Amino acid sequence: MIAMLASLGHRSLDFFKRLGRGSLFLLRVLASLPSLARRPGLVVKQIWATGVLSLVIIVISGAFVGMVLGLQGYNTLVTFGAEESLGLVVATSLLRELGPVVAALLFAGRAGTALTAEIGFMKATEQLSAMEMMAVDPMRRIVAPRFVAAIIAMPLLAAIFTAVGVLGGYFCGVGLLGVDDGSFWSQMQAKVLLIDDVVNGVVIKGLVFGAVISWIAVFEGYDAIPTSEGVSSATTRTVVHSSLAVLGLDFVLTGLMFN
Amino acid sequence: MQNTRSIEITVGIFVALGMAALLMLAMKVANLSQFTEQAGYQVRAYFDNVGGLQTRSAVKMGGVTIGRVADISFDTNRFQAVVTLSIDLAYDRIPTDTAANIYTAGLLGEQYIGLEAGGEETVLKAGDEVTITQSAMVLEKALQEFLYNKTVKPEPK
Repeated sequence: MIAMLASLGHRSLDFFKRLGRGSLFLLRVLASLPSLARRPGLVVKQIWATGVLSLVIIVISGAFVGMVLGLQGYNTLVTFGAEESLGLVVATSLLRELGPVVAALLFAGRAGTALTAEIGFMKATEQLSAMEMMAVDPMRRIVAPRFVAAIIAMPLLAAIFTAVGVLGGYFCGVGLLGVDDGSFWSQMQAKVLLIDDVVNGVVIKGLVFGAVISWIAVFEGYDAIPTSEGVSSATTRTVVHSSLAVLGLDFVLTGLMFN
Repeated sequence: MQNTRSIEITVGIFVALGMAALLMLAMKVANLSQFTEQAGYQVRAYFDNVGGLQTRSAVKMGGVTIGRVADISFDTNRFQAVVTLSIDLAYDRIPTDTAANIYTAGLLGEQYIGLEAGGEETVLKAGDEVTITQSAMVLEKALQEFLYNKTVKPEPK
């Protein structure tokens, strides 16, 4: 009994310690951001590594998610004779929820893990210490560009995912199932709003998810135990924590935005 | 790793792609501007009530879509809604005494304009007006009338 309580206490202390270290780390990253203005090339390189390389998985998943939405939405709506609303169903569900959330989960798996593993191995092979020896601040040189690049890439990926998804839904609904072309777009255009749906959904959610994922990813990498095992468990933690954070935050953001 | 130049180019393409996707969502999905106008000729029709008719709703003749609703506005002189129909150029032999009705596809479906051809020799040209129109059936009104007829018993003679 006492042992259980002790382990509970130990775990919660551990949790808060990590949270505190993570927050201090975030402050250090934010403090080193201004130095990036002099080295924009570093950020561009990291946008390539996180954004461009994630493009294929984002486009393919977006197309399939949109197509599945088209099929399922059609099957449900056709029983009410309301299959003209298919465009609206596909667009709102993608813009508000599926686009940013699924893109963020894929991004955490594709780019977040790569960030953690890269920084973790740099630490394990003492490259970070070597940089400090040479008076190069690894915060500015390594961590900050990756952090910023992920925040820039995430909303763009969410937008691409959503746009491809809408086209996928269009392909399935209008191309395969014979929903009227004009109704598909006109119902969508009549009800989807620029600020409420597009900006709130894709842009703001994308930015928030991007910030959370990149924060978790670079922190886990920087904080990893410098062994192969430590890096591998840090990578796992990145996926688990950022997925949970994205889903939890999505609930909060949805509650705030669409009420 | 590739060299810096090609990385910069691919990142540029990536950012442009993301912006294009956002633009498409704003324009095509949220409909900031209607920039996909089809080629067709436009005729006007006045209705007392357009119900749930929307721009880009279908214009059908014999169940076949032959055009789209291009614009809906309100005429303050006639106190009627004026609907501009854009009809495909392929269908240029529609008689002038054609009737335009607003129908609903299914019970909850979208509303569309159904044209029924008349017998005149002369055909509709761009800018003409469809004079024979029938407004949308407003479900609440019909229900109200039905309930009224059911509940108010006729006076015994």
